[in-house]
Amino acid sequence: MPRTGVFICHCGTNIAGTVDIEKAVEASRNFPGVVHADDYRYLCSEMGQDLIKKAIEDNKLERVVVGTCSPRMHEGTFRKAAAEAGLNPYLLEVANIREHCSWVHKDIEEGTPKAIALLRAAVAKAVLNESLDAPELEVEKRALVIGGGIAGIQAAIDIAEAGYEVDVVEREPSIGGRMAQLEKTFPTLDCSACILTPKMVEAAQHPNINLITYSEVEEVKGFVGQFDVKIRQKARSVDPVKCTGCGVCYEKCPAKASSEFEMGLSKRKAIYVPFPQAVPNVPVIDRDACLYFRKGRCQICEKECPPQAIVYDQKDEFIERRYGTIIVATGFDQMSPSQYGEYGYGQHPDILTGLEFERLFNASGPTGGKVVRLSDGKPPKKVVFVQCVGSRDKARGMNYCSKICCMYTAKQAVLLKEKVPDAKSYVFYIDVRTAGKGYEEFQRRAAEEYDVAYLRGQVGKIFPEGDHLVVHGVDSLSGKIIEIKADMVVLAAASIARADAPDLGRIVGINSDSYHFFNEAHPKLKPVETHTAGIFIAGACQAPKDIPDTVAQASAAAVKAVGLLSKDFLKGEACTAEVNQAECSGCMYCEAVCPYSAINPVEIEERYHGGTLKRTVAEVNPALCQGCGSCTVICRSGSVNLKGFSNEQILAEVDAICLQR
Amino acid sequence: MRYHYFPGCTLKGQAKNMENTTMAAAAALGIELVELEEWQCCGAVYPLYEDELITLLSPVRTLAAAKGEPLVSLCAACHHVLKRAQELMQRNEEARKKVTDYLEVEYTGEGRVLHFLEVLRDDLGFDKLADMVKKPLEGRKVAAYYGCLLLRPSKVMQFDDPENPTIMEDMLKAIGADVVKSPYRTECCGAYLSVTEEAVARDTVSRIIDSARSVGAEALITACPLCRYNLENCAAEDGKEPLKIYYFSELLAEAMGLQFDQLMSAALERRRSSNGNK
Ligand SMILES: Cc1cc2nc3c(=O)[nH]c(=O)nc-3n(C[C@H](O)[C@H](O)[C@H](O)COP(=O)(O)OP(=O)(O)OC[C@H]3O[C@@H](n4cnc5c(N)ncnc54)[C@H](O)[C@@H]3O)c2cc1C
Ligand code: SF4
Ligand code: SF4
Repeated sequence: MPRTGVFICHCGTNIAGTVDIEKAVEASRNFPGVVHADDYRYLCSEMGQDLIKKAIEDNKLERVVVGTCSPRMHEGTFRKAAAEAGLNPYLLEVANIREHCSWVHKDIEEGTPKAIALLRAAVAKAVLNESLDAPELEVEKRALVIGGGIAGIQAAIDIAEAGYEVDVVEREPSIGGRMAQLEKTFPTLDCSACILTPKMVEAAQHPNINLITYSEVEEVKGFVGQFDVKIRQKARSVDPVKCTGCGVCYEKCPAKASSEFEMGLSKRKAIYVPFPQAVPNVPVIDRDACLYFRKGRCQICEKECPPQAIVYDQKDEFIERRYGTIIVATGFDQMSPSQYGEYGYGQHPDILTGLEFERLFNASGPTGGKVVRLSDGKPPKKVVFVQCVGSRDKARGMNYCSKICCMYTAKQAVLLKEKVPDAKSYVFYIDVRTAGKGYEEFQRRAAEEYDVAYLRGQVGKIFPEGDHLVVHGVDSLSGKIIEIKADMVVLAAASIARADAPDLGRIVGINSDSYHFFNEAHPKLKPVETHTAGIFIAGACQAPKDIPDTVAQASAAAVKAVGLLSKDFLKGEACTAEVNQAECSGCMYCEAVCPYSAINPVEIEERYHGGTLKRTVAEVNPALCQGCGSCTVICRSGSVNLKGFSNEQILAEVDAICLQR
Repeated sequence: MRYHYFPGCTLKGQAKNMENTTMAAAAALGIELVELEEWQCCGAVYPLYEDELITLLSPVRTLAAAKGEPLVSLCAACHHVLKRAQELMQRNEEARKKVTDYLEVEYTGEGRVLHFLEVLRDDLGFDKLADMVKKPLEGRKVAAYYGCLLLRPSKVMQFDDPENPTIMEDMLKAIGADVVKSPYRTECCGAYLSVTEEAVARDTVSRIIDSARSVGAEALITACPLCRYNLENCAAEDGKEPLKIYYFSELLAEAMGLQFDQLMSAALERRRSSNGNK
């Protein structure tokens, strides 16, 4: 029986308040294998750790059990201490007598026997522990960022500045994301393009950044340090090396399609760059709109392009590359308000969403920067803003607050007043939420200095009447029904997850919440980590957020990624599964349940009645195994064991608890 | 196509015309509506308290009498009560047990409960209706007025999009009318406030009427006797241009080419046969 030591922590009164420590120490001395037992007020303190180290040396301990808080808190601390005293760290076992015992029991009468039972179980397991070695995994020193909005751009720049190579995969022909669509930005009203374009250019020119635009990630395999990624680079039909960005092609192209960048408010050509400051400034041909692809005739762009950069027969290409870490920054979408029939969205050109309205301010937007009604080109004199369209709506929309709409509504009302000085704005709101530096001040200024009337209540109906849009709402503060004859209505539609977020989540291996926003590993303490090691999230793909929060999160994700890339090797998981192939029947149920694709069938040869027999059995790839234990549970013949948690050890624990008293 | 038919009290009195025209049009369209025997009041108003079970007795009795076979009504209020009572029977086991035990019937919420417009849309089909029309209402500018009872609560009624319904306009199109749309077509008509708070009701109902006029409607259709009562009173009294209020079935019968005397003889026949039943 290995020589075992037990150390019990008081954790101040956290444990000692409900567990009789003296009794527990006394009881521990009598467990099979225990040669030493002691207690200390704070075992995790330096002096506490020294106490353990000294006892290991003095008593030649071969196993150690600590009765402390949850292993999630301090298992690492104590394993390290044991290792420093020359013991394999996996020979130390934690009995959680705080979260599992003292905190859930009211008095010493209940707490003490439970703590003793947990200690007895831990000792029973510990004597069966074996020395384990965590494998070392090489780290590929290159990062992948998926999504080239402001989040992706910022993260890429930070990683590149730290000296690592980073690829940015962007689905659209240009990076920039939603921020490129914005006019001025709250709360300081600096022009969005003026602060974004330099970052886009920096990303394009940085020697460590490689932009892969008009592309999507199709497959991610592997694990932290070694993700093997397959990227589809869609055919641009333009040779990016030859193209000089002169723009002759889209000037001459006769075919038109609705512009995604302008939210469908204007047309673009079949060959196009989404917006003038696009990075890279290389057009793509939209093959669904192109006359040559549709009807086999035209080829005007090919004739006109001075450097002959048009390549009609370009094919989709695949890039397969290994990355040490991945940051997902795919951003958000806007809900279409058409499901709210009462708002009449889609039935009248002067009923717009916030993002559509934003485009009217932009000099290169559908109206050339004139804020006018799309119906008759006249400047709107009365504009009604409706907040929370689809947000905070349990019955028909999203339960959550979209967070940015209060602020951009105030912003747009201010910008409107600047462009159309005799315009009057009305804002229907449920609450005005302006948490953020300088935000409250900004919104107050809108209300007080820019003559924006805030009406607390909801809108029940919007419909055209003659030249106007009649807005029926209620002012819940005065209790009055309000009717406004407006020239234009702007609906602050909810921010929602990208429609394909669940698909991307599946490809990359991260999960999302019920709204399809990606989940962080911990809502407070791990805001950019995911449950998959080595994959981080940033920006509005995690939840609706504004630019300051997005950028902060992007830099945080970059720091995590760089921290990972700065290591040459990562410690892998020591507690991995192992198949006893002699007993394995080859049913491969384990392969089916393994969430990390770590189990594969292999063929082995066995001697059988003098001859040899080939049969299929399971094999675990320890580099991929994360030690979750799913396979050990599904295996009907009990042929899979998790190192450090073998079936035998678990049963020994159960016996130790059940066979007492 | 054969259906159980629940008329409800109003259709035997004030709204006789809705029944007569529907019956004649249905017969012309090959839809057989067989009146339930010994039916009672629908309950008139769906109770606002879920534990007020006594008012559910008569609608559940009606539902049970249909024996799980499709049950059609015409009056928006009756349909509303029947449909909601059915939904409660499906959803609330305790209420179901109490009510059915008391009535000594077996009913667990089965059977389609339909408004006649739904029969036209979902079972006959508006395309087919359009083919069968004899005298399309060409050039007649008609607007639909839905009111509340058919549309809301939309999750239960499942009649049409409550904010942007189309079923009545689609019927009007099928019978060849020139459809115009008024933004107030789903607004409340004032309901019983026309009795207790006349001024309030007048306000809401005149908005509906004025708005229908302003989009150029000559006539409005409805499926609800109370809506019709309120709309008609208002349109008659405000002294502006005339605006005719019809039950949807009146225009339907007209488009089917049915004349007044045909309608009357059909009604008479029904009266006699139901007398003979007793
Ligand atoms: C009307 C409006 C006004 C606003 N005004 C302001 C303001 O004044 N101030 C402010 O601070 N914030 C404002 N915001 C918020 C701001 O737009 C967001 O904070 C910001 O855009 C979030 O950046 P992001 O990079 O996370 O997402 P996005 O900007 O959405 O970028 C995501 C990028 O990822 C790409 N992508 C998506 N899916 C994939 C995929 N599967 N593969 C590859 N690439 C993909 C997208 O094409 C896009 O380029 C406003 C928002 C709206 C709607
Ligand atoms: S004409 Fe040729 S060089 Fe000029 S932008 Fe188009 S593809 Fe590029
Ligand atoms: S070939 Fe296609 S992309 Fe080129 S000019 Fe013609 S329509 Fe435009």
